[in-house]
Amino acid sequence: MASATEKVVTVVNPMGIHMRPADQISRAAKRFQSKIEIEKDGQSIDCKSIINILTLGARQGTQLNLRASGVDADEAVAVLAGLFARGFDDCESDSEVVIPEPS
Amino acid sequence: MLELQGIAVSPGVAIGKVLILDREGYRITRSQIDSTDRQIELERLKTAIAEASSRLDQHRQRSTDAIGEHVGAIFSAHQGLLQDPSLQSEWFRYIDEHCYSAEFAVSAVLNRYARAFRSMGSDAMSERATDIRDVERTLLEALGGHPMEQTGGDGQSVLVSHDLTPSETANLDTAKILGFCTEVGGPGGHTAIVARGMEIPAVVGLGRFMHRIETNAEIIVDGFRGTVILQPDESTLQRYRERKKDRFIRAEKLTQIRDLPAVTKDGTKISLLANIEFAHEVAPCLERGAEGVGLYRTEFMFLAADGEPTEQQQFENYLEVIQALPDLPVIMRTLDLGADKIGSLASAEPESNPFLGLRSIRLSLRQPRMFRNQLRAMLRASAFGKLKIMFPLVSTLNELRMARMLLRQVREDLEEEGVPLAERTEVGMMVEVPAAVLMLDHFIKEVDFISLGTNDLIQYTMAVDRGNEFVADLYAGHDPAVIRLIRSSVEVANRNNVDVSVCGEMSANPKTALMLVGMGVRTLSAPPAALPLVKQAVRNVDLTDCQQIATRVFDFGTAREVDAFLQQRFAELLPEMAIGV
Repeated sequence: MASATEKVVTVVNPMGIHMRPADQISRAAKRFQSKIEIEKDGQSIDCKSIINILTLGARQGTQLNLRASGVDADEAVAVLAGLFARGFDDCESDSEVVIPEPS
Repeated sequence: MLELQGIAVSPGVAIGKVLILDREGYRITRSQIDSTDRQIELERLKTAIAEASSRLDQHRQRSTDAIGEHVGAIFSAHQGLLQDPSLQSEWFRYIDEHCYSAEFAVSAVLNRYARAFRSMGSDAMSERATDIRDVERTLLEALGGHPMEQTGGDGQSVLVSHDLTPSETANLDTAKILGFCTEVGGPGGHTAIVARGMEIPAVVGLGRFMHRIETNAEIIVDGFRGTVILQPDESTLQRYRERKKDRFIRAEKLTQIRDLPAVTKDGTKISLLANIEFAHEVAPCLERGAEGVGLYRTEFMFLAADGEPTEQQQFENYLEVIQALPDLPVIMRTLDLGADKIGSLASAEPESNPFLGLRSIRLSLRQPRMFRNQLRAMLRASAFGKLKIMFPLVSTLNELRMARMLLRQVREDLEEEGVPLAERTEVGMMVEVPAAVLMLDHFIKEVDFISLGTNDLIQYTMAVDRGNEFVADLYAGHDPAVIRLIRSSVEVANRNNVDVSVCGEMSANPKTALMLVGMGVRTLSAPPAALPLVKQAVRNVDLTDCQQIATRVFDFGTAREVDAFLQQRFAELLPEMAIGV
């Protein structure tokens, strides 16, 4: 049975969504059947496309609306939100930002 | 032996070996395919994607093992791009709907994203543009292209390419490349201007011929006649070698008049200034006896830097020019480019009519931060010499007033900061849009000088794209319509005692230069290499001869008649110069 889920996520890693985080997001998204989108400033992009994610130009502190619809929507949003919360385990940082624990 | 006719854009003869420039960066030799080949092309691209992907996989393995997971992850991301559903569907759509070659589709799509990323600013963001380029290169290699880091060349090379951009031309190493020729291009394009500035023989607009040549084959590029000779026979080679020697002797003679003034036989002084694209061109200016710089095209600094240089970088560049020419006037033109040419500003979608679009002064006024930086750099340099500022492509009084207002504000800011400046900086405008010619009696009251940019004036008067070889024949400085606009502008300027110079190609050709003098122009600005010839012509005629030419051309109705007349009078007045001009 199809369902739809939404969750607001925040970019916490200092470098923002650059190449590798975008790769992680799109790879994770591709594991789910659901249609997954990220919305920023009223614009929605396909979460399974690395190039689309990159075009968001999301920097640290940016809030994004994560939205999935399909059979595994809840699970998809949970996994992707986890990636955001962990800051994509991005070690490329020049400041001493404390990476938050997974929720 | 095979002789091809193209368009001569930069004089000189190059005799050397073919060096093909192909598929590096955004240079793709073939952009279109037959519609029947679309399926084959789609399959080619799919195969290439798979192959590129497996290559990246090897890179990823190797770098993960050798350096660590974090570097391997970069190649994982590149693989992600290769497999990206959005990118793939765009590539396939370009091939399927537009019959583009796989190479062209790949480059066009990726280039668009790379530009958009560069425009996002911060290092981490714009770094992604480099990644995109990497992916492009990997795919092009998988499609059979050969990567070439530099243009190479060994001092005997003649570059052959489908097309060459102005910045690519500017980056040619003249110690290694003797000359170049391209399949497309027209006489007035920026590539042509740069080639002349660099004094590298060039022929463009040859049409499709690259399938007929091989690397290292012998080739002659004749930048006087606009011909290219492939695999010349021994007698042709001999003839060209002799001619080269003659030209050299003639050039030597011309340098002898370097320090003599450009004065007509009956005593009218003409100021000869130089057009330059780069600061380092100041040396050839002085060698050719230029009395200053009539046009410094500052946009080439932006092109060479692939983006916007900082205020300090610009200041240092302007200072280099000003300090090399102490006491001589230097007219610096503010940025004269389209938005598409500046990486950091590039919009995702190109304009459909860039020459009628957001460019030059229009762009500067829309990008006040960038414009201010340039004006600040120019004003700061003004303290060290005779710097004048000129605005390009002014179409309305409003634009001129806005630009001047911004300049005033910048000056006040600098004064407040205590930065040393010239007491007064002359401000002028390019007259290169027919609207400006028609309204010149109003403009003239608000400027210190004007400069007629004949290249753009011709283009906008004749409504012709000077880079398009199919209509390039309409692009003629001796067209009667253009001549009327020039004459009217010169009259308005002289009546109002405002300095007028001509800085387009018409100043560089002795035939048309004499006509301009006859119309009342007393300042000509041309590429340094052209100055000795123009000076020699001026020194050997009377002003009355020139005036007679200027009066007579007004009677003709077609460009062809004007050209024939100019040719004939030139041969009569200066028989020994007429050969080879």
